[in-house]
Amino acid sequence: MPISRRDWIFGSVRLALLPQVLRAQDHARKAAKAISNGHAIPFEYLEPEAARTLVALAAEIIPSDDGPGATEAGALYFIDRALATFDSDKRELYRSGLKEVGAAISRLSPGSADVEGLSREQRREVIRAVQSTEFFAVLREHVVLGFLGDLEYRGNQGKVGWRYIGFDDQMAFTQPFGYYDNPENDPDGKGETR
Amino acid sequence: MTTPAFRPTDEVDFVVIGAGAAGGVMAKELSIAGFRVVVLEQGPYLRQSDYSHDELKYTILPGLTNDPKTQPVTYRKSEKESAKPIKAIEYGRQVGGGSVHFTGNYWRFHEADFHEQTLFGDVAGAALADWPLEYKDLEPFYTKAEYDLGISGLAGANPFEGPRSKPYPLPPIPAKSSGVLFERAAKKLGLHPFPAPLAILTRPYQGRSACVNCGFCESFGCEMRAKSSTLVSVIPMAEATGRCEIRPTSYVRRIKVDDHGKVTGAVYFDRNRKEIFQRAKVVVVCANGVESTKLLLMSSSNLFPHGLANTSGLVGKHLMWDLGLLLEGLFEHPANEFKGVQVTRVIHDYYAADAKRGFYGGAGIDARFDYYPAGFALSGLPPDTPRWGLEFKKTFGHYFTRTISLLSHATSLPVESNTVTLDPTATDAWGLPAVRITYSQHPDDVATQAWIRQRQMEILEAMGAKKTWGDQPGGFYTSRHLMGTCRMGKDPAKSVVDSYGRAHDVANLFIVDGSNFVTSARQQPTATIQALAYRAADNMVRMARRGEL
Repeated sequence: MPISRRDWIFGSVRLALLPQVLRAQDHARKAAKAISNGHAIPFEYLEPEAARTLVALAAEIIPSDDGPGATEAGALYFIDRALATFDSDKRELYRSGLKEVGAAISRLSPGSADVEGLSREQRREVIRAVQSTEFFAVLREHVVLGFLGDLEYRGNQGKVGWRYIGFDDQMAFTQPFGYYDNPENDPDGKGETR
Repeated sequence: MTTPAFRPTDEVDFVVIGAGAAGGVMAKELSIAGFRVVVLEQGPYLRQSDYSHDELKYTILPGLTNDPKTQPVTYRKSEKESAKPIKAIEYGRQVGGGSVHFTGNYWRFHEADFHEQTLFGDVAGAALADWPLEYKDLEPFYTKAEYDLGISGLAGANPFEGPRSKPYPLPPIPAKSSGVLFERAAKKLGLHPFPAPLAILTRPYQGRSACVNCGFCESFGCEMRAKSSTLVSVIPMAEATGRCEIRPTSYVRRIKVDDHGKVTGAVYFDRNRKEIFQRAKVVVVCANGVESTKLLLMSSSNLFPHGLANTSGLVGKHLMWDLGLLLEGLFEHPANEFKGVQVTRVIHDYYAADAKRGFYGGAGIDARFDYYPAGFALSGLPPDTPRWGLEFKKTFGHYFTRTISLLSHATSLPVESNTVTLDPTATDAWGLPAVRITYSQHPDDVATQAWIRQRQMEILEAMGAKKTWGDQPGGFYTSRHLMGTCRMGKDPAKSVVDSYGRAHDVANLFIVDGSNFVTSARQQPTATIQALAYRAADNMVRMARRGEL
C-alpha cells in the first residue's frame, strides 16, 4: 500500500513535546561547539555495543556503495540524539528490537551475537528478518532523518545527504529553478509561461 | 507599539477566542472601529526569528500545530466503534493560527458553492444545503481580505470564478517547473490553467518583503514575512490601535452565561494554568471548526444543557474533511521543485458538480511539490521501491529533484453523523475533555476521488511523466481544513448561527471560523473564512454602534 506523506504524518507515533525539541536543539548547538573546538562527540544515550549494531544496520539501509551513506552522514548520532531527547519513549522499542536483531545474528552465525562478524549479505539477511517490525520502521525513519534531516540533530554531517539528492538549503533562489522553467527549454521557443 | 494590557475584571467590548485566520481579522476590524478587544490564544506568540527550516520540528513534530501529547484527539469511524487516540485533526496553534503555516492557497468560492442544494438537489445520506448568503454578499469582503492581507494572483485568469470588484493587489506568482508543464499540458487538453491565488507577496507590500523562493511555505512559518498570515498583517494593525490586547498561552475552558442567557466573558487557563475570567460585553469564538465546537460543548449550563448555543442539537455535527489525492510523476530532467512556493498553477475545470456523473462532487487541481528531503525518501516514493538498501537510496537520490505532484482538492459532503464531541474518558493536560472525532467518507466523496484521480493521471501523462504513482481514493489522513460543526443558516432549527456568525440562541455570542461552513466547496477554506470574518465584523460594528450588542 502506498504511503502518502500525510498518511505518514498521520500514522506517526512520534509525537514529542516542543520543549523536548528545543532541548534537542540546545544539545545540538553545544555539540556543534564541541566539534569546532576539536573534541570528539560523546554519545548522549547509546551504549557502545548497541551503537556498533546500529551503525552496521544503518549502513545497509542507506549504504555507501555509490557515495556517502548513513555512515558518513553520522546517522548514528541522529539516532543517539533522538533517543536522548524527543524520541526517548522509543528506547524500549530499540531495546527489544536489538534483542531480535541479536537473535537473528545468532541464527546466521551460531555462537555469536556480534554484527561485526557478519558479511554484508548476512547483515542484509538480518534486516530481512526484522524488516516488518515496528522497531525497523522507526529505525528506518531515524536513519533517513539522520541522512537527510536538519544539521541541528548531528546527522547529515557535511550535508552529504542533501548533496546526494540535489537539495540545496540556500535561503533564497532565483528562477529558473530547474529545467522546465528555463525559457531556453520551452519546446515552442516562446518562453511565455514565465 | 502601544499594546494595552486590560485587566480581566475590566469589561472589554469584545473578547475574541482564537488569534488565527478569523480571529486576527476580527481583532483588527473591531479595534480599528474603536472598540476594546482582548484576544485569547491557546498557543504562543512567535516571531519570524523563532522559525527555522527544520523539517523534523515542523513536519513530523508539532512545531506550529496542536500537540497530541498535551491535547489528545481520539478518532473513530462510526458511533459503533470506541475512539482511539490519533492526530486525526491538525490546526495552527499560535498567534496567527493556521495562517502562519499554511501553504498559502487563497481561492475564492464560486457563485454556485453557495447554493449547491438548489442546483444539485438532495444527496442521500448527506445534509447538502444552501448557504444563507450568496457570492455577491461576500464579494466585497473577499476583496477587502485580499487587500488587507496581501494576496497575489491574476484577476480574470480563472474563467470559473465569480465577478470581482477589483484585481488582486499583487501580481501573480511566476510558474515554476511544475506550473510550466501543467499549464502547457492543461491547455493541450482544452483546460483553463491560471496562476495560483496565494497569500504570498510577489512584491514588497505594506512594509513586508517579497517572497525569496526559499521553498519552505507548507508547514513552516515564513522568516521573510512574505506569507500573509494574520500574524504579520492585520494583528499588528490591531495592536497599533492601542485598543487590542493579544493574550497568548491563554487556553479558554468555558464561556460564561448569565441568568438571562447572555454571555458575560470567558474563563481561561493562563501560562501558569491559573484560571482567569475575562469579562466582555460580546464573545466572538474563532477557535476553528473543532476547537470552537469543543468550547461550546464544554460551556453547557442549566440554560444550555447540551452545550452553549446548541438548542438545535447541531453543534458538532456535519464535520467535513480535508479530502483530495496527491499524485506524483517522475520527469526526465531536474525540476528542483524544492525551490519556490509549493503551488504556482491551478485548474478549476473539474470544480462544478455534475449530476450526469452519477454522484455529487468536484475538485480543483494544482501542480506542486509537497515534500521536504526526509519526508520524500520516507513516503514520497513509488510503492514498488525497496524500503531500504542501495536501490532505495538510488531511487530517492534520482527522484527528489525530478518529481512533480498534482494535488486535487475535492468535496467533502456534510453528513450529520460525522461529528466533533467530547471524549467521555480521555482528557488533556489541563484536565479538559479530549476532542473525539467520528468521521467516515460519504460514498460520493470516494466516487469523486476515483474520478478526479483519472483526471490527474491524464494531466500527468500529458505533462510527460515517465512514471506515476500516489494516493488511492478513500484513503484516510489528518484533516487540516476544519469545516462544518456550527453551520450557518436562516432557520434556527437547522443551523447554529446566522450568516453573520451570530448564535441563534445567544444574542451577544458569535462563532466565526470554518465551523460556519455549510458545504466544503472544493477545500481551500482560508479565503472564505476570512471573508466571512470581515463581513461578520462589519455587522458587529454596526450593531454595537446602534447599541444592539
